[in-house]
Amino acid sequence: MTSDITPSWVLALLPEIGLVVLLLVVLAYDRGLKPPDRRKVGVVTAWGAFIVLLLTVGQWFVLGEPDANASLLGSLFWGGMIRHDLVTLVFRIMFLMALMLTSLISLDVKPLQKGEYYALLITATIGFGMMAAATDLMMLYVALETASISSYVLAGFMTTNSRSAEAGMKYFVYGAFATGVMLYGMSLLYGITGQTNYFGITNFLAAAGPAPTEAQAVFLLSAVMIVVGFGFKISAVPFHFWTPDVYEGSPTPFTAFVSTASKAAGFAVLLRLFQSGVLGEPTQGSGWWAMLVAMAIVTMTLGNFAAIFQNNIKRMLAYSSIAQAGYALVGLVSLSQDGSGATMYYLLMYIFTNIAAFGGVVMVSNLTGSEKLEDFNGLSRRSPYLALVMLFAILSLGGIPPTAGFIGKFFLFKAAVDSGLWWLALFGILNAFVALYYYLSVVKYMYLYRSDQEDVAIPVSRGAQIGLALATAVVILLGVLPEPMFELTRQAAAFLFAG
Amino acid sequence: MDFPYLSIIALSPIAAAVIILMMPKERGENSRMLALAAMILGLVLSLYMYIAYNQNLPPADARWADTLMFVEEHGWISSIGVNYILGIDGLSATLVLLTSIVGLGGVLISWSIDDRPREFYAFFMLLVAGVQGVFVAVDGFLLFFFYELAVLPMYIMIVIWGWKERREYAAMKLTLYLLIGSFISFIAFLVLYFKLPEQGLPLTFDLRVWSEAQFPFELQKIWYMPLFLGFAVLGGLWPFHNWSPDGHVAAPTAVSMIHAGVLMKLGAYAAMRVGIQILPEGTVYWMPFIILLTLINVVYGSLIAMRQRDMKYLIGYSSVSHMGLVSMGFAAMNLTGFTGAGIQMVSHGVMTALFFSVVGMIYDRAHTRDMDKLSGMMKVLPWPSVAFIIGGLVSMGMPGLSGFIAEFPIFLGVWSGGSMNLSGTIFGLNPANYYPIVAIISSLGIVITAAYVVRAIGTVFFGEYDGHKWHDMRPILPIDKFTLVMFSAILILIGVLPSVIAPVIQSGMTPVVNRLIEAQQTTTFMDTVQSAATHLIHWLGGA
Repeated sequence: MTSDITPSWVLALLPEIGLVVLLLVVLAYDRGLKPPDRRKVGVVTAWGAFIVLLLTVGQWFVLGEPDANASLLGSLFWGGMIRHDLVTLVFRIMFLMALMLTSLISLDVKPLQKGEYYALLITATIGFGMMAAATDLMMLYVALETASISSYVLAGFMTTNSRSAEAGMKYFVYGAFATGVMLYGMSLLYGITGQTNYFGITNFLAAAGPAPTEAQAVFLLSAVMIVVGFGFKISAVPFHFWTPDVYEGSPTPFTAFVSTASKAAGFAVLLRLFQSGVLGEPTQGSGWWAMLVAMAIVTMTLGNFAAIFQNNIKRMLAYSSIAQAGYALVGLVSLSQDGSGATMYYLLMYIFTNIAAFGGVVMVSNLTGSEKLEDFNGLSRRSPYLALVMLFAILSLGGIPPTAGFIGKFFLFKAAVDSGLWWLALFGILNAFVALYYYLSVVKYMYLYRSDQEDVAIPVSRGAQIGLALATAVVILLGVLPEPMFELTRQAAAFLFAG
Repeated sequence: MDFPYLSIIALSPIAAAVIILMMPKERGENSRMLALAAMILGLVLSLYMYIAYNQNLPPADARWADTLMFVEEHGWISSIGVNYILGIDGLSATLVLLTSIVGLGGVLISWSIDDRPREFYAFFMLLVAGVQGVFVAVDGFLLFFFYELAVLPMYIMIVIWGWKERREYAAMKLTLYLLIGSFISFIAFLVLYFKLPEQGLPLTFDLRVWSEAQFPFELQKIWYMPLFLGFAVLGGLWPFHNWSPDGHVAAPTAVSMIHAGVLMKLGAYAAMRVGIQILPEGTVYWMPFIILLTLINVVYGSLIAMRQRDMKYLIGYSSVSHMGLVSMGFAAMNLTGFTGAGIQMVSHGVMTALFFSVVGMIYDRAHTRDMDKLSGMMKVLPWPSVAFIIGGLVSMGMPGLSGFIAEFPIFLGVWSGGSMNLSGTIFGLNPANYYPIVAIISSLGIVITAAYVVRAIGTVFFGEYDGHKWHDMRPILPIDKFTLVMFSAILILIGVLPSVIAPVIQSGMTPVVNRLIEAQQTTTFMDTVQSAATHLIHWLGGA
């Protein structure tokens, strides 16, 4: 790592700097508005996220930052605290898109038309971005807390609604506990190796050679504890218990945000930690790997089977998001460049897919005030285009072409078969059919069942229309022309192994 | 670059679907005109391609890659060897034409649909596009992509416009059966994909490369069954046929037509293209076993059909029986059988489309499909009745109609199927010798078919007509007459002039059969069974 501060050091943090500026703008702008006009804060946030996204992608296209050919040392900045590479880029794109789309679908939710809401969304995004970039346990912890604390507040944001308050509390208690366990694991890791930098730890382990049994036990313990923390983040079984309640109680747009961006951030950290060997040699057959494989299998199965029995669509999508985390783990445990690339691709497409799905829920529940599946009766007659958006989102979740979910699953299972895990791929596919059962039943509610309010169209404002149309268009685009994005994630995945 | 005929055939329905969905709600009229236009365009192009192909038939010793015409090739996900490659051989040229005809018939038959016509035609277009795409795909991934694309509109159409009592159950059953089957095939396909480098071949999904691959026998033996069976589910192979009669019955008329007429052929086609053509040694190993399944298909299917009182179920089970003949033609493993199977696909496709359109017309007027209640329809609905009788004659294999042209070579092929180098005996019986026995038993299926078809014709169309019973007996539209005449004319044309279709299909089947002839290995599943039995007897004797 270079010790002189060069422009690259600043560029490495440009998106976060942009978001901080946006945060200040939002807070100042909010003060100047009367309460009825506060809806505009959301518009400003969405535009701001879009501009920061352009900056992020622009600096990659124009300045070549991050450098796709950089060495390990050349891509570490700020004293090894963060790494500015393609992985960071890919995840930042995800988070900024999530921020933008979430702002757009939040616009018309009355209780969320406040500056604080958008400010907290932005700080959470900053936290996620730093989590994905972090290559040091200290940095990781700070980033995680930035993201988490904002998220706890957001979950309980509708203070007058007892379910929302409950969700905030529950999320906080579970989250604080998981983070505590994780922090303990990190301190053990530091105790063994004397290092906090990922690559410092890896180098130390490589130089130290075979460790004595006691050290190995402590090492394993610390690794398990760290996985508890991030298993919580990605809501993998058995750390998923908070998910349905928090997803159900939180304001729906925030549920969309937490189920996509937060999950992606958790995966970003797991990918970095696991593939670079911080938590132990990444090889098939290691105890580590077996644990993650078991976690993937249990997560998909439990998520899907539990989702079948839900009649609240937010709870159903909560269990579905647990199952989706299981699929994404398949790419991780394939332990290959293709596998990690596939996981990133999957998370990316999942952001658009799930925000489109939750966006539909937001629009419907804005009018009806509840989130029962029956509220979707006759949606295709009430609002054919909204039904179409939901249809594509559902198809993508279920993995049916021409949507991105199909290609995403294809990449994941292909990587698994490539690593000799055809049985895991088969398991994933059988699971995908269990999932199809409840996904298709949503289609049935929208297209088949009738309701007595069919002539009342669901109001969708211009901003939300843009958000939903954009998400749907990307879902189809990623499903039909996957090559450019898949190439990017594949190249990015090479950096995970460069340690 | 050449004119992209195939892309237009496969993609123009998708374009039509998008435009239809964009139309304002009030203009349902235009949506059906647009759908009709897309179908006519497809029909004209596929007819042109069929004729062009017919005039340039490839030589009998051509490799499959050389028999393809109208090839289009573009990069898609090149980094993993997925490309957008379209092309047609003799079989797919015929099936594309069949799909165009049935698709056109489907649009015409649902001309007067009034529940959300926009969505109906949009999903119908997607369905047609998916089916056409599978037939013209030369890339394994693309084939799979289109295959999945076809299943979903099927689900939605059955659920929304289907028969109220069964639609939710049948649609879900159909979707899960078909998707699980195809994905299991695909896992097998992926496993083989990663073995390609061991053959000195590049990592690609291009089926032209695959069609020359020589996988080791052990690999073929293991992965043939998932690869073949996954797609054969859609072909209605026993014991995985269960989704199909329910699906047929619950679907609206146009979808039943596509469903039984074309979609089941999709399964047989994909099973042949991906299963048989890629793994010839696996085919030779397993087919003597699979032929027993197809035998059950033919006989059991027609026996069940015998018991049905609902006309749609009758046709549904008779489809299972007839599709069994297609698989049986494959199992014969010689050119005669394969050609028969190909003709059977077309003949059965047009025949069931005809059947379902007639049943749809009757149901719209009588509001029942119960054969015990219907009688004397000939007096009020002469056109559909005559059409149904023609279809019925085809179905029982009457000479002079297409059914005979199809079924005769199948039985002929199966009879001589034992001439492949099958060795070994089970309890003194050479497995090569049971092929004629299979042919004899399966011809029983034809006799049973004749019985239920004649009975159905007798009760529904002849007998007393009770005018007081029916209140909605309006005459059929000219457009319906046109559809019926179109289908009947094709059935008669193939029966009288088999040369319009047989050579093309034969040219499509030849490369596949050549692959089978080249397959060197001579043991079959029956040998494995036999040796296992011998071991068991020895073991029992020793104990």
